Amino acid sequence: MDSIMDIRNLNLWYGDHKVLHDISVSLPKNQITALIGPSGCGKSTFLKTLNRMNDLVEGVKITGDVLYNGEDIYDPKLDVTWLRKHIGMVFQKPNPFPMSIYDNIAYGPRVHGITSKVKLDAIVEKSLKDAAIWTEVKDRLNKPALGLSGGQQQRICIARALAVEPDILLMDESTSALDPISTSKIEELALELKKKYTVIMVTHNMQQAVRISDYCAFFLLGDLIEFNKTEDMFSMPKDKRTEDYITGRSG
Amino acid sequence: MKNHSTGKNRSTRKELIEKGINGIFFLCGLVSVGFVLAISIHLVISGLPAIREIGLVDFLFGAKWLPTATTTEPAFGILPFIMTSIYGTAGAVILGVPLGILTAIFIAKVAPPAMASVMHTAVELLAGIPSVVYGLVGMIVLVPGIQRMFDLSSGATLLAAIVVLSIMILPLIINVSETALRAVPREYEEASLALGATELETFFKVSLPAARSGVAAAVVLGVGRAIGEAMAIIMVSGNVANMPSLLGSVRFMTTAIASEMSYAAAGSLQHQALFSIGLVLFLFIMMINVSLNVFVKGRREND
Repeated sequence: MDSIMDIRNLNLWYGDHKVLHDISVSLPKNQITALIGPSGCGKSTFLKTLNRMNDLVEGVKITGDVLYNGEDIYDPKLDVTWLRKHIGMVFQKPNPFPMSIYDNIAYGPRVHGITSKVKLDAIVEKSLKDAAIWTEVKDRLNKPALGLSGGQQQRICIARALAVEPDILLMDESTSALDPISTSKIEELALELKKKYTVIMVTHNMQQAVRISDYCAFFLLGDLIEFNKTEDMFSMPKDKRTEDYITGRSG
Repeated sequence: MKNHSTGKNRSTRKELIEKGINGIFFLCGLVSVGFVLAISIHLVISGLPAIREIGLVDFLFGAKWLPTATTTEPAFGILPFIMTSIYGTAGAVILGVPLGILTAIFIAKVAPPAMASVMHTAVELLAGIPSVVYGLVGMIVLVPGIQRMFDLSSGATLLAAIVVLSIMILPLIINVSETALRAVPREYEEASLALGATELETFFKVSLPAARSGVAAAVVLGVGRAIGEAMAIIMVSGNVANMPSLLGSVRFMTTAIASEMSYAAAGSLQHQALFSIGLVLFLFIMMINVSLNVFVKGRREND
């Protein structure tokens, strides 16, 4: 297993409240890793430490190491915009900007200095194709993205994240606000994406974890209880608490 | 049987009270509508005769305002006032809008909560200062300052009026823009930051465009405030009916009415022409309000 992120002894507090306890795990490259666990177990918080979106929370304190390709992302000298360019994120609720579809996708590349119309056109087309929504929107690129359905909006958000050519895509329950058909489209998309990207996703839906993830991390009350290949974890969980959760006896 | 009839009586009594109270609300509503109608009708009725006598073109585009001339023919051209009002308002917008919007971004997005709350309060206090006080401070501080800086015989100029107006419209622009910026969903900003944009890039490329209709409304409100102001600028603008120049004394539409109404002989053409200026000003402000409604409507449709 080639790892792309190595987390060592990660602890996180919101004010006096300790949310993550001594997490150590290596996340594999070009695989889908699912983070599962009951609400409030810290899995979303953990996800947001990986691209430092937790920096935006008032009173957050973090100890331990988070290494991305061996580089400590909490090094004070590290440029956080560089980090977030390489580790993209798709949120729970589809959140396209109130702009045209084209401008949504071109936003990231423009921020990172690409101004050539030819280049932008190519990036927009490629990103929308990679997000499996090109055929649905190619004739309405100048229409507002907010006019699309929820599932389409979420794929626009994925395309927007892909447009800056990240290595890793973090997905924070990105299908929980969608209908089953849109959800299965995003799942297929995730399977397609892992050829080029590493996908780390938080999910509440254990069937989803089984369907698409290669590796699975089970969180409970801020502890990482178990990390294993998904098929192994679901066929023979090593920890009693994991077994209780995936069989529905707890959570 | 008896209970049943009591219940029936009570419901009719309640209904009567409801109707009565509704009637009172309706009358209250009528009062403000009535005032608007009465003022509009009065302005039109009293503003039209002078325009008819002077001629619309001579009135609007005449460059000379000599209402009490005795040796020469009196002239009633209000172009200097119209141009001064437009220049003054435009100047106030050019100075006040960027300052106001940047302040709003700072308060709504950048400043730590404690500082934001102090600044917010300060801006509210600024809004509460009576316009005559603005005029007074402008007269004591600004006018002599401009006089010295540009070596003029008098510092009471269009420039002084523009500075005073731009400060007066600041609180309006800051407050309305701040509200619009705070209403921008946090998700938009998070999405931008997650793409590797800096906070500043996020505020200018996502937050501000997302709040644009609110900010546009703020600008229009500022224009309305600036064009309708009289008291503060009458004290700093010199009040001479010149065509506007930045360092010359000028007279606005509002200040023309305010300063001449007291000595114009009742019923004279000058007196009537002042009402006509009021009518023109009224039309300007109507146009501003219409455009404000268009913005607000546009905002609702965008949501």
